[in-house]
Amino acid sequence: MNAPVRRLSLVVAALFASLLVSTTLIQYVFAADLNARPDNRRTLLSTFARERGEILVGQTTVAKSVPVDDEYKFQRVYDEPNLYSHVTGSYSFFGALGGLEQAENAFLSGSSDKLFYRRVSDLFTGRRAQGATIETTLDPKVQAAAADGLEGIKGAAVALDPRTGAILAMVSHPTYDPNDLATHDLKALDKNYTALNKDPDKPLVNRTINGDLYPPGSVFKVVTAAAALSTGDYTEDSELPGPAVLDLPDTTADLPNHDDRACSPSGKVTLTEALAVSCNTAFASLGMEIGADALQAQAAKFGFGDALSVPMRVTPSTVPAQMNQPQLAQASIGQYDVRVTPLQMAMVAAGVANRGVVMQPYLVQSVIGSDLSVIEAADPQELSQAVTPEVAAQLTAMMESVVEDGSGRRAQISGVDVAGKTGTAQHGEGRKAHAWFISFAPANDPQIAVAVLAEDGGVAGSEAGGGTVAAPIAKQMMEARLKR
Amino acid sequence: MSVVSSYKPRQGRNVELLLVIAAVAIVLLAYLNVELATTGEIPPGTLTLVGGYLALAIGFHLVLRWRASYADPLMLPIVTLLNGLGLVMIHRIDIANGKSIADGVALRQLLWTAVAMVIAAVVLVVLRDHRVLRRYTYLAGAIGFGLLLLPLLPVIGTSIYGSRIWIQVGPFSFQPGEVAKIALAIFFAGYLVQTRDALSVAGRKVLGVTLPRARDLGPILVAWLASLAVLVFERDLGSSLLFFGLFVAMLYVATERVSWIAIGLTLFCAGAYLAYLVFGHVQTRVLLWLDTFSPEALQASDQLAKGLMGMAAGGMFGTGLGRGRPDLTYFAESDFIVPSFGEEIGMIGLFAILMLYVLLVQRGLRTSLGTRDGFGKLLAAGLSFSLALQCFVVVGGVTRVIPLTGLTMPFLSSGGSSLLANWTLVAILLRISDHARRPLPEASAPSAVAEARTEVVKLR
Repeated sequence: MNAPVRRLSLVVAALFASLLVSTTLIQYVFAADLNARPDNRRTLLSTFARERGEILVGQTTVAKSVPVDDEYKFQRVYDEPNLYSHVTGSYSFFGALGGLEQAENAFLSGSSDKLFYRRVSDLFTGRRAQGATIETTLDPKVQAAAADGLEGIKGAAVALDPRTGAILAMVSHPTYDPNDLATHDLKALDKNYTALNKDPDKPLVNRTINGDLYPPGSVFKVVTAAAALSTGDYTEDSELPGPAVLDLPDTTADLPNHDDRACSPSGKVTLTEALAVSCNTAFASLGMEIGADALQAQAAKFGFGDALSVPMRVTPSTVPAQMNQPQLAQASIGQYDVRVTPLQMAMVAAGVANRGVVMQPYLVQSVIGSDLSVIEAADPQELSQAVTPEVAAQLTAMMESVVEDGSGRRAQISGVDVAGKTGTAQHGEGRKAHAWFISFAPANDPQIAVAVLAEDGGVAGSEAGGGTVAAPIAKQMMEARLKR
Repeated sequence: MSVVSSYKPRQGRNVELLLVIAAVAIVLLAYLNVELATTGEIPPGTLTLVGGYLALAIGFHLVLRWRASYADPLMLPIVTLLNGLGLVMIHRIDIANGKSIADGVALRQLLWTAVAMVIAAVVLVVLRDHRVLRRYTYLAGAIGFGLLLLPLLPVIGTSIYGSRIWIQVGPFSFQPGEVAKIALAIFFAGYLVQTRDALSVAGRKVLGVTLPRARDLGPILVAWLASLAVLVFERDLGSSLLFFGLFVAMLYVATERVSWIAIGLTLFCAGAYLAYLVFGHVQTRVLLWLDTFSPEALQASDQLAKGLMGMAAGGMFGTGLGRGRPDLTYFAESDFIVPSFGEEIGMIGLFAILMLYVLLVQRGLRTSLGTRDGFGKLLAAGLSFSLALQCFVVVGGVTRVIPLTGLTMPFLSSGGSSLLANWTLVAILLRISDHARRPLPEASAPSAVAEARTEVVKLR
């Protein structure tokens, strides 16, 4: 009977060989595919149950991972949730949602290649890999002032340091609580996310950089004025026609002023006066005189069309190509299909403030490793020379007059020269206009540039322009920065 | 010339002791590894638990020294290591489920291990010669088939997760199939040793293969029907495959006729295919096997898919003991303990465990080769092959070689009946191996003639 027993051992060998093959297939050959399956809970857990780095505003931690006693090991906690929700975003079981959590995920989670040597040393010391800390450029006082001003309003406010491009404030309203999305209670998470997603006011959207783009209205006149001055054919004192209604060529439509009155008794205004009272007819005719190409080129120099990341992606603002004269007239006063983000308009103000140089906006001051060493530090970059210093100086003077005795008086700060521009942007028949204000201060030594948007004119209703709703918010923000 | 043979076959008991200590040392390392990775500290009871396990293993070793001193020296260390690793993994799943050692499954498993080892030792002590078992051939057969079909009885039989392979008496539940495996191996060995001549010699030759006579087909048909009954009524493909495979293998060993294997395989495939056509639960199993990740299959059960993802997460080298998430798979401590190991000690570690089983089975088959009596040969081959087949059915089930079944991995999986049966199985193998390796007693004292010098006649 020995021969069949020997053959039986061959059968046993074949059985086990098949097991070795199947194990190899699962654990080696197809392992990557299995790990990449979207329903693979282990992969989700291994990324979710990780101690992420903190997000700092000033010296304050606004997002941190706290050890908890459940299977996810760490709970992401957002202090002052509603104030910084769009800056931090949220870290949910479904992954990082928006904000720095998403944009700087590689650093926060510790998976960035720049942390490679640290990871190797962690491997040998047996320490669990820890994410890097992100220090933001935000000024908590400016941020708080912006949030306070936008209380109860749908809108957005951005502040930049014009000299560097550092983002000092980034507020979008309505806001949400990132803790609702960071919860480990997956049912609650699902419910919260669905509710936020379905909310018609879109609280999850960061309106400063990537909401539906807005028509800028009259704040865009700064760009039109910059284009005109840059041609060399105009000065701040150049006289422009300022009738109550401008008859547009090639069409039966007219272009009226807001109040249907002429911009001055004489019907003629200087460029400075036109900006101060936000004279639509004057800027529309100015735009048609300088042409679409000049307007587009000027807008592009301010950063229109650039795909920026701060590090969150910024939706590029646009001035339409291919415009006929009536469309160009509308575009020159920030209507027609000119679409902007509040950040873009803050960059316009900052460019004027910074002697014509637009700095690349950024939100991350530095990335700090778990051993407190600086892994990356912000290095301010010029984005473009939008206008010459001379034109910038002229624009500054013109914008100062807007605040001194024009439509932007409510942005005045005692003892400080403020330069600004109001805007009231129509966006569809029968709908309330958006209220805008862009400004910077002090005019002679700019330290902060601001853009404020109140959707649908805010609470004050259709009559309110940028001067009444948006300018006071901008004022609060500038004061918060300048009062040290 | 007096030829005093100084050759004495090696017993290997000292090697066995060293290996047993090494096996327990590996178990200790694994246990510390789990504790340090999960709780970060060494629990106070470590010495008691591991010391107790070592005492049990050495106690068993001493029984071998006393009553089976020529027994195979590798079997006990291998089984000690497998059983210990199983305990560690069960404890690890307990930790993941938030259970302490006191209220966990692991402590119960440790108690069952102690009971199983004591019973196995008693078997070794009482069963001085395995040939005694041959006297109980038909009793064993009755017990075997009885146990196999016991779960079908109305009151005590319980259906757990679709498979009716449990009996429940009061608070105790028991998987009788595990014990039936041994009883049936004894029955088959006894029966076949009697009838092998008739089964192997008679018959016509067709195409070079000697076919058995029709009347000799009786036993295989009975076994086939019984295994089909298990498949259909107990809904357990694993047990069915195990018993029928065991019978066919032993039939082949007894008769050396390939035709039995051909007939057996044909019958099994036909039966399984019929069952597939007729029964929904068999179809579900096949769907889960062939198309694990299809929506319909995941709807039915995502257990296999989760186990596969766990193994994939482990990759080549594993996450490290205590650092994976084997608890995400249901029954990670019993049916799916192999994927749990795959996840935490990786492909390499799983290979090592499979090699331990190969080694154990190989030692069993080696015992069969060395045994002088036909009954012992058949029994050792049958028991060893049943171990191999059970491993194949379990691991093949979780790695998609064959459809998943509800069998437990011998020595690793949580479950008292499985431990009892498999330790007893090893005890019987040890007993046979003692017999196989023990030198033959000298037939009689050397005669005086042999002692006498050979006279060399001087011719000169």
